[in-house]
Amino acid sequence: MSLAGFLDAESVRLALAVSAGAACVCAPVGLLAVLRGQGFAGHALADIAAAGGAAALLLGVSPGVGFLVLSLAGAFALAGLEGRGLGRGLATGIVLGAGLGLTALLLFLDQTRAHIGGAAGGVMFGSLFALGPSALVMGTLGAVLVLAAFGMAGRGLVFASLSPELARVAGLRVRGLGALYLVLLAMSVTLGAMSLGAILATVLLIGPASAALCLTRSPSLAVLVALALALAACWGGIALAWDSYGWWPGHVWPVSFFITVLVLGEYGAARLWQGARHV
Amino acid sequence: MFEPFMREPWAVVTLVALAAGMVGYFVALRGAGFAAHALPMAAFPGAAFAALTGVSAYAGLAGFAVLGALILAGLHRGARQDAATALVLGAMMALGALLLSLSGAYGNHVEGLLFGQVFAVGRRELWAALGMGAGVPLLLLALARPLTLSALAPELFGLGGGRRGLMDAVFLLILALTAALCLPVTGVLLAFSLMAGPGAAACLLARQPGVALGVSVALALGIGWGSMAAAYESGWPVGFFVGALAALAYVVARAFRRG
Repeated sequence: MSLAGFLDAESVRLALAVSAGAACVCAPVGLLAVLRGQGFAGHALADIAAAGGAAALLLGVSPGVGFLVLSLAGAFALAGLEGRGLGRGLATGIVLGAGLGLTALLLFLDQTRAHIGGAAGGVMFGSLFALGPSALVMGTLGAVLVLAAFGMAGRGLVFASLSPELARVAGLRVRGLGALYLVLLAMSVTLGAMSLGAILATVLLIGPASAALCLTRSPSLAVLVALALALAACWGGIALAWDSYGWWPGHVWPVSFFITVLVLGEYGAARLWQGARHV
Repeated sequence: MFEPFMREPWAVVTLVALAAGMVGYFVALRGAGFAAHALPMAAFPGAAFAALTGVSAYAGLAGFAVLGALILAGLHRGARQDAATALVLGAMMALGALLLSLSGAYGNHVEGLLFGQVFAVGRRELWAALGMGAGVPLLLLALARPLTLSALAPELFGLGGGRRGLMDAVFLLILALTAALCLPVTGVLLAFSLMAGPGAAACLLARQPGVALGVSVALALGIGWGSMAAAYESGWPVGFFVGALAALAYVVARAFRRG
């Protein structure tokens, strides 16, 4: 693989930039989601957002917009339905099922009415090399929003996630922080879904954060470690996918596959390291 | 709707609904929603594997679902179960995406696999479906007492000499077989709706375990048959109707309980 050819391609540069934005958003927000024990909610939200991506294709707007609208609506709907136990109960699962049913219908209509081939593959498994310039705008906006929120209210966000009761006693506005968290979660689901597809977005949200929490106990250090791990997985995955064109003639290996494998490798290594340290 | 070529699909849907309805009650009881969502996804690469190697579709699905259940059971001993489940799910879906793209079937088959293609069920799959469709309910009935007790009163179950970890693993295996059975009908993503929706609604409607189990099976049969008929008439994907009807059943049950 020649580095010059790799960086010359417009689609590669865009993929690197957008996935960097996704990593900046998913790693810190994923940390909050893991601390809150909301792996299921994060996953459910991405699956619900898939309906938005499919609807956007039907309407001819950018899939990112559809992802964002549905994941915002879904985040607040789930929070209203389950209260503090967000994402543990069966109600989350039922909403998730209804969202996926809708996705099935919309993707079917994409193919039969709008004649968009391969819509299911793109929405569900991502198409990082086929993004438009609007994805870059969204990636930048999301990264700025999340980094600003963590810069200003990072301590409060982590505190309210670890122990809402103590945070309330300490005088923090837990409700406001909860709403901010939902907006950030929707943003990270959107960017994750644009990069990795709706199904695999969970991996980028949960994986680097879980690995970071195995490696360090300090929340601020964990944010940085998660960020580094997410970025390494995304860029490494893009490089491997680029390189894979020559591996098996006639077949392209999906970039989402490589990113997922790298994140899982990081998580597995972190768990092994944690286990070795505690024996 | 009842032409000869539709005989196998109707039989398979009935078997699937029976198994899913029974499992669904225990999913609701044990709060195993995320596992019920993750195991069909674990089965997903099995379909691609079957397409690549030429083994029977159900063998591939069941093999990978059982593999997923074993990994989940192993990882669930550690902390942060939901994070581990989310990562297993992602890993299996990514593997499926890779196998599908390597088999060259990516564009054509992916939608059917994700959202169901019941009308493609043929005679070859019927025997496997029959085995699993009969095996899952029998297993559940045989294990109904320990499964219920270990979920409702874990301490009591432990005192009586039961092993909770083992029970969890056994339940995950049963869930995996049901997921594999459901997959060709509902697809990867909506198998969960049929496995959790009726059970969740039944637990809202009835308090007695026996009655709730019956209600769950009846609802699953209604959803399965209704979705199949609606899909046949409209030409829309089966998964849409399964997801919508399961959600409807749950919403109605919630309203009924409040009113």
